[in-house]
Amino acid sequence: MLVSNLEIVPGRKVKEHLGLVQGSTVRAKHVGRDIAASFKNVFGGELKGYTELLNDSREEAIKRMEEQAEAIGANAVLNVRFSTSSVAQGAAELFVYGTAVILE
Amino acid sequence: MDALVIGMVLLFSAGPIAIGLVSGRILERRHYASIIARERQRGQVLIFSQRLPPPTLPAPETRLVTGSMVVSIDYFKRFVAGLRSLIGGRLNTHESLLDRARREALLRMREQAAALGATQVFNVKLETAAIAGRAAQQGVGSIEVLAYGTALIPTDPR
Repeated sequence: MLVSNLEIVPGRKVKEHLGLVQGSTVRAKHVGRDIAASFKNVFGGELKGYTELLNDSREEAIKRMEEQAEAIGANAVLNVRFSTSSVAQGAAELFVYGTAVILE
Repeated sequence: MDALVIGMVLLFSAGPIAIGLVSGRILERRHYASIIARERQRGQVLIFSQRLPPPTLPAPETRLVTGSMVVSIDYFKRFVAGLRSLIGGRLNTHESLLDRARREALLRMREQAAALGATQVFNVKLETAAIAGRAAQQGVGSIEVLAYGTALIPTDPR
């Protein structure tokens, strides 16, 4: 599955547009990590645990989007966008969406 | 007895501020040194915010690349922000925080692109989100910056 945030694929033609596909995960924070984070709030600096957590979640969201695209017979997802929002206290939603297409 | 109570109160309120001031400064300086050193390296992946790459032959392979960083403000910065919100105006302490996070996210994206053998990244987008937590109740606690774009990996000419 080709995933890209360009509107085209260089050197290849889009045969068919299949519409919007999306994937999302809602992740709550780990209590242990939250305690570490509250210490970091005194010292400042990077919260490595959260960087990793959000990266893993984002990958999962992409995987879900790819599964959805595969299910409708696409072989690429173009014009992909990310969006993050905190939906509840201590939980973040990672959302990814794009256009499923069939490439020639 | 009163002096002891006042002393304790001062210690508990001023302690984290002083720790934040010192450690925040040190961490920020160290981070900037590392960012500047990495940005100056030669032969880096070029990044563009343009939507489309110029057509080239042979057509390159494309791949989505991302880079992100979650950064937390220190206690001193939060204290300064609290004071600032009384009179308004520029918040230098937060400006440098966001600047660092953005540049780091872009550098990580470039590193990922370089590992794939790419030479350019097009349609670069930056996203900023406040991560909710205990600190978020008092305004900005930790911030996540995400940079993403499409890496162009040159293919061998046939």
